[in-house]
Amino acid sequence: MASVPHDASHGANTGHGHDHTGHDDHHHMPTGIMRYVTTTNHKDIGSMYMWFSFVMFLSGGTMAMLIRAELFQPGLQILDPERFNQMTTLHGIVMIFGAIMPAFVGFANWMLPLQLGAPDMAFARMNNWSFWLLPPAAILLLGSLLVPGGAAAGGWTLYPPLSIQAGMGMDMMIFAIHIMGASSIMGSINIITTILNLRTPGMTMMKMPMFAWTWLITAFLLIATMPVLAGAVTMLLTDRHFGTTFFNAAGGGDPVMFQHIFWFFGHPEVYIIALPAFGVVSQIIPTFSRKPLFGYASMVYATASIAILSFIVWAHHMYTTGLPMAGQLYFMFATMLIAVPTAAKIFNWLATMWRGSITLETPMLFCLGFLFLFTLGGFTGLVLSLTPVDIQLHDTYYVVAHFHYVMVAGALFSAFAAVYYWGPKWTGWMYEEKLGKIHFWWSLIAFNVTFFPQHFLGLAGMPRRIPDYNMQFAEWNMVSSIGSFAFGIAQIFFIIVVIRMIKGKSGIRAAAKPWDGAEGLEWTVPSPAPYHTFETPPAFK
Amino acid sequence: MFFFANREMLRKLIVFVAVMFVFGFALVPIYKKICEVTGVNDFMKPEQLKNSQVDLSRSIKIEFDANIRNLPWSFKPELSTVTVHPGELTTVMYEVHNTTGRDMIGQAIPSYGPSQAAAYFKKLECFCFAKQTFAAQETRHMPVVFVVDPALPKDINTITLSYTFFEVPGAAVPPATKTPVGKLEAQAMLKPLRG
Repeated sequence: MASVPHDASHGANTGHGHDHTGHDDHHHMPTGIMRYVTTTNHKDIGSMYMWFSFVMFLSGGTMAMLIRAELFQPGLQILDPERFNQMTTLHGIVMIFGAIMPAFVGFANWMLPLQLGAPDMAFARMNNWSFWLLPPAAILLLGSLLVPGGAAAGGWTLYPPLSIQAGMGMDMMIFAIHIMGASSIMGSINIITTILNLRTPGMTMMKMPMFAWTWLITAFLLIATMPVLAGAVTMLLTDRHFGTTFFNAAGGGDPVMFQHIFWFFGHPEVYIIALPAFGVVSQIIPTFSRKPLFGYASMVYATASIAILSFIVWAHHMYTTGLPMAGQLYFMFATMLIAVPTAAKIFNWLATMWRGSITLETPMLFCLGFLFLFTLGGFTGLVLSLTPVDIQLHDTYYVVAHFHYVMVAGALFSAFAAVYYWGPKWTGWMYEEKLGKIHFWWSLIAFNVTFFPQHFLGLAGMPRRIPDYNMQFAEWNMVSSIGSFAFGIAQIFFIIVVIRMIKGKSGIRAAAKPWDGAEGLEWTVPSPAPYHTFETPPAFK
Repeated sequence: MFFFANREMLRKLIVFVAVMFVFGFALVPIYKKICEVTGVNDFMKPEQLKNSQVDLSRSIKIEFDANIRNLPWSFKPELSTVTVHPGELTTVMYEVHNTTGRDMIGQAIPSYGPSQAAAYFKKLECFCFAKQTFAAQETRHMPVVFVVDPALPKDINTITLSYTFFEVPGAAVPPATKTPVGKLEAQAMLKPLRG
């Protein structure tokens, strides 16, 4: 990739990506830690979100490594069953609420004002607050491992009656979810207002970058479902401590009702994770295909349809709860319907690449990996949407393989793609292309070695969330564990690549527009982006 | 310049969040109502056993006919027709009245129209299985319990069940001791049933 040197006016910059000391500030800014505690700058907050996300990614990853180490061979070796269950539960919550969602909120904070030509997020002070709620939530989550009885261990879905019987670790989990939910809601309000009100003159809704569209729709999903989750965990809390019986049959409640309320949140949550990833991919594929996104309007409508459909399919997570036949059929057909707009998006990406001048830099490689593996995960999802098949596969490793294909290869790969794609804009330095490519191929192979065999294990009947297993599952579990260790180490390698990029080890300064096929206002500001950008709205063609 | 627009947006979105939080709790009564309306998940109602052999796709009309031959009785079905699904257990009643002033014994003989339906019309209980003794002026309601075999040929949609009561000649009271009876009935008769 051709890269031209940084323009002269910012040549004095020291090259520290997060330290814009060279910039001419008009006001007094606290330095050191207080700069970050008090900041209202969308770039600082975006960076903090990403670092927080990476720390949580490593925490959740450590739990995953412990899970895979325990499952390396049959029998109990390193974790007792209670700890194992805490690991699977926390791994899910930490990765979803701690790693994936904050990563994309970080991208939104950094990039949305730049893409829309806005000076900052709409509610800058609330932005600070929504970030700083996250560390206390993380402390509650990780600290719950140390309290008597340990952390919540009933699965990340928090189903009663286990979640009502559990110890105080569950209360910490509930409060953590309340706090993270409040953070997400504030972040979403900020994003919606920024997108709707702060676009530069001339940028109509249908001229917005796809990343802004997917985040707008995601933010609406968040403010519609997070309050419902907050309600559900509040009901758990009052059932646990205040004598209510929402989910206790002895008092006229119903534990299955929790599953309905939870999945009313939980299924849109899947798209809360996936849609911003779609947005990132929709930015990167056109750049490296050097063609505009194929079917922009259909992409917008497909995203909106996926969001709307996500509200009416929740009970496909509950086929084994004894739904009436009519309910099973309805949820099966509604679920299959989601494949239609999703396929529209996949085909649009393929059509964007069709006859494009494609180059395979790391962001593009991660997008292609995303495309291939997300589609695989989508197909296993289609298999699981079939009620009679799902009843066989429910709570087996087939489901684990399915959602890791869409969560890891879908959301996480596109987050990596975003870091390599926008990283030069954030840091002012190019990453080292060779290292990025090694990271990609390493992750791709290790990911598939980890999760592809889990399809076989699930089809053979291995249940999830159990620390021990029958001898017949031994070989593929060992393969899966070896793959997971390799995948874990690949992410240590990733942070080395990122730190080397921040420190400018590649020796290549990023141009304002380091990718020749890139479009959008974010490439009109210098790299690294100055502390304040677009204080007057830029012109938009 | 965006300040007022942002404030307004913030207000709307906060209202929306509050509404969704309340909606989460509103799902509790909604869930209960849906379960009540659709009849699922009602713990107060005992499980109903259902006959899975019933062929709900077909309906067969059963016509009931009653005749007497040389017998001064009145004999009629309480319903002239019923519509049943093959495989469905059905009970119908006939009313028989001895109009004479003496005790009499009769025997009902069934016949079917069309005659090929006879093989598919399974009677589990019928007053025609035994001779019936009637006291003077006695009236009885007597059941027929039947199932139409789901293997009934597709072209048969109506079955007529016709009974004809004959007097059993030369019989006198008490008839039960003179009547050849089945094993179960014989056991039943060992116990003093009435009086």
